[in-house]
Amino acid sequence: MTFSPRLETKLARLLESYPKGRERAALIPMLMYTQDEVGYITKELAQEVAKRCGVTTLQVDEVVGYYTMLRDRKMGRTHLQICTNISCLLVGGEELWKHACSKLGIGHNQVTADGSISLEEVECIGACSWAPAIQTNYDFHHHVTVERLDKIIADLRKVQ
Amino acid sequence: MVNLTIDGIAVQAAPGTLLIDAAKQAGIKIPAFCYYEGYSLQAACRMCLVEVEKFPKLQAACTLPVAEGMVVRTEGAPAVKARKTTLEFLLTNHPLDCPVCDPGGECELQDMVFRYGAGESRFTEVKHHVDEKQWSPVVYYDAPRCILCYRCIRVCDEGMGVNALGITNRGAFSEIVPNMGDHLNCDECGACIDICPVGALTSGTYRYQTRPWEMEHTGTICTHCSDGCKTTLGSRNGEIVRGNNRDSSGVNGEFLCIKGRYAFDFVQHEERLQSPLIRRNGKLEEASWAEAINLVAAKFGEAKGNTGVVGSVHTTNEENFYLRKLAMQGLGTPSVDHQRSGDVHTLLDALAGKENALAAVDDLYRAKAVLIVGADLSEQHPLLAFQVRANVRHHQAAVYTVTPGPVREDKTSAKAVRCAEANLLDGVRGLADELKSKGDLTILFGDAIKGQAVRDLVAFGDSLGIAVKYVCLVDYSNSRGAVDMGLVPGEGGLSIPQMLAATDLAALWVVGADPLAGGGLASKGAFVVVQDLFLTETAKRADVVLPSASAYEKSGTVTNGAGEVQRLVKAASVMGAKPDLEIFGLIARAMRIDVGRAQNEAIFEEIRKTVRGYNVPLPVIATGGAARTQPLNGRLGSIPDPSQVRSARDTLFTSGALGRYSKILKQVVEAPGALYEG
Ligand code: SF4
Ligand code: SF4
Ligand code: SF4
Ligand code: FES
Ligand code: FES
Repeated sequence: MTFSPRLETKLARLLESYPKGRERAALIPMLMYTQDEVGYITKELAQEVAKRCGVTTLQVDEVVGYYTMLRDRKMGRTHLQICTNISCLLVGGEELWKHACSKLGIGHNQVTADGSISLEEVECIGACSWAPAIQTNYDFHHHVTVERLDKIIADLRKVQ
Repeated sequence: MVNLTIDGIAVQAAPGTLLIDAAKQAGIKIPAFCYYEGYSLQAACRMCLVEVEKFPKLQAACTLPVAEGMVVRTEGAPAVKARKTTLEFLLTNHPLDCPVCDPGGECELQDMVFRYGAGESRFTEVKHHVDEKQWSPVVYYDAPRCILCYRCIRVCDEGMGVNALGITNRGAFSEIVPNMGDHLNCDECGACIDICPVGALTSGTYRYQTRPWEMEHTGTICTHCSDGCKTTLGSRNGEIVRGNNRDSSGVNGEFLCIKGRYAFDFVQHEERLQSPLIRRNGKLEEASWAEAINLVAAKFGEAKGNTGVVGSVHTTNEENFYLRKLAMQGLGTPSVDHQRSGDVHTLLDALAGKENALAAVDDLYRAKAVLIVGADLSEQHPLLAFQVRANVRHHQAAVYTVTPGPVREDKTSAKAVRCAEANLLDGVRGLADELKSKGDLTILFGDAIKGQAVRDLVAFGDSLGIAVKYVCLVDYSNSRGAVDMGLVPGEGGLSIPQMLAATDLAALWVVGADPLAGGGLASKGAFVVVQDLFLTETAKRADVVLPSASAYEKSGTVTNGAGEVQRLVKAASVMGAKPDLEIFGLIARAMRIDVGRAQNEAIFEEIRKTVRGYNVPLPVIATGGAARTQPLNGRLGSIPDPSQVRSARDTLFTSGALGRYSKILKQVVEAPGALYEG
């Protein structure tokens, strides 16, 4: 399996940043970068990363199973993550979550029929100071209200 | 040495010793789930927490090295409370189905809850349930019972070198997963099941069969390969239902491969012979023992010296010794043989006069360097491979493989050399400089090295200038004993191929072997007598077939490939079959031949007196130990033709003729020789 030239350069640099024989240290970033390009961790991708990092495919599966940010199935083009952990919960995170569910008609870790948006209820994303916080792919949105959430979703739909 | 105090007892331990081990030396057993001697540290379960003075918090004894002046309390109120809490957590999602769970009565979690309480739980939440899964004919996994100690993963990775188990998800949802997603591709050794402290991993053969206390447990020797593992067979009403070796006795510790652990099922195979058969009008028909023995005696009486005798590589030393004597002295035939699978004769001859030149199973764990020549150790000698892996893990032994194809040992080897079977010694010679720098060396070699090649190998060993020990690998549980007891042609005697080719052979007596599997018997008129468990190809051609008992149904001794003598203990009984020794005795009596009593103790005494190297200490054997033979006090008189040496090259999932009658071995779907890469 090969990736785009840009990603290949990035991966080569990544592997160089660890001592020889410690390629396995590159496992998590390599999974993240390649997931961004491929969409999710396919069986083939897991095998490829295993080979490059010198671990077994099963060990890659262990890591993928452990971290929610690594996904073993196709998600929406935009992955909408809503925090319902304590700080956000106190200031309306729960309402945002319920609103998103009913608006999109999907639940936790589900994808809209058109494949544009997927939804995930997440634990603290480290943005407590600006709670309630949500994340669309790698972008953060702070002090989110139901109205702003509606706008964000509408914008996401417009993009396509 | 470091001085410390544990529970008021003064203890001395080497620097670096873990507290849990130091306590064990002092006879104090600190509870542990994830800690397991011999495998990497995990510190996952928190059962081993102890109070250490000057430490503000409880410490995990399984990872804390001892320090000078340390004062430890293992069962103080804080430690006990912590353990109780840990257990309460472990039970939050645990189904508590002890009444139907296999390990009930042997379960470490049960024992701990019994010891520390936690009989009541403060959790009222619904338990997280996951359905049980079958991963292979052998391995089942019930996630809710799992306490996530990682023992199974480590024994498979480190002990077996298979890496078939992993863990997925997080926290309460964590689960053990097999390498193929929904099933296993592995050695099917059952080590993971054996090491599991609870009933999360259960075995396809034993699950829901019985309770541990309803079985009788008999420590005997595995009857498959020549490694000589002790297997403790659990039997109920005379029927074997389980094999393991939890008490770590024997040369194998807890190790067993699929054959020693599960392939005892041939014993109950429906095709087991239960009555003597006599050929009448061209057909084999059931007959009484008296009738069959009398017929055999009459025919042997006529054939006398013109009888060919083929012995077995599964029968006991006593049986082989007695058979040889009965044949050579009683019948007066020098034509005695068995299928040799390694050139032990030439090795012993080449090593004549040397001391300590034969490696025992334990030496593979201690040698500084191990050289494997022309053998796929993980496939053909699972215990020896396990020992070598443990040696690498614990002592950083340097392993060298010189084989025609890739083998599992390559992965942990210092160097892997590929060469064709005919050029193995060239590959070996190329390693000379490297090997010289090692303190000592153990060489294992397969059947491709025979005759002159064995002498060349020994000469190579001599040239290194370091201590070298050897193991000549042979196939089956008593292949080595058959050689030592002299089941080879005497002066002027015929070898197996010569017996089969002789047109005037009057009788052929085959004990637990199948020489006619590959071809016919030239002497059409020969009277053929077969003693076996099953109607083999040879038995189908026989005139009389006598049903014999398997190694699990009798007593006696066997010698493993490394020359260690161990005791068989009867674990099961099968209707109709008799131990071969008893059959020999009946034949001798019917023929009015007196070659001594057909009785184990008497014969073993004679073996000790007359067979080279067998003057072993009786108490070692009587107590279930392995006694090393050292038959190196001089050159061998004559050496049987090395070209007849041929290994059956069994895999992990075959075991010659016996394997054909093991349903469990036949159910396994793995490709033999898998290297489990990726
Ligand atoms: S049966 Fe043996 S090889 Fe298979 S997963 Fe268990 S420990 Fe590993
Ligand atoms: S299956 Fe058994 S050995 Fe493996 S982690 Fe669970 S409890 Fe431990
Ligand atoms: S390694 Fe050999 S002796 Fe040991 S259990 Fe397996 S077949 Fe039996
Ligand atoms: S709790 Fe929501 S970002 Fe920290
Ligand atoms: S035995 Fe120490 S943490 Fe498990």
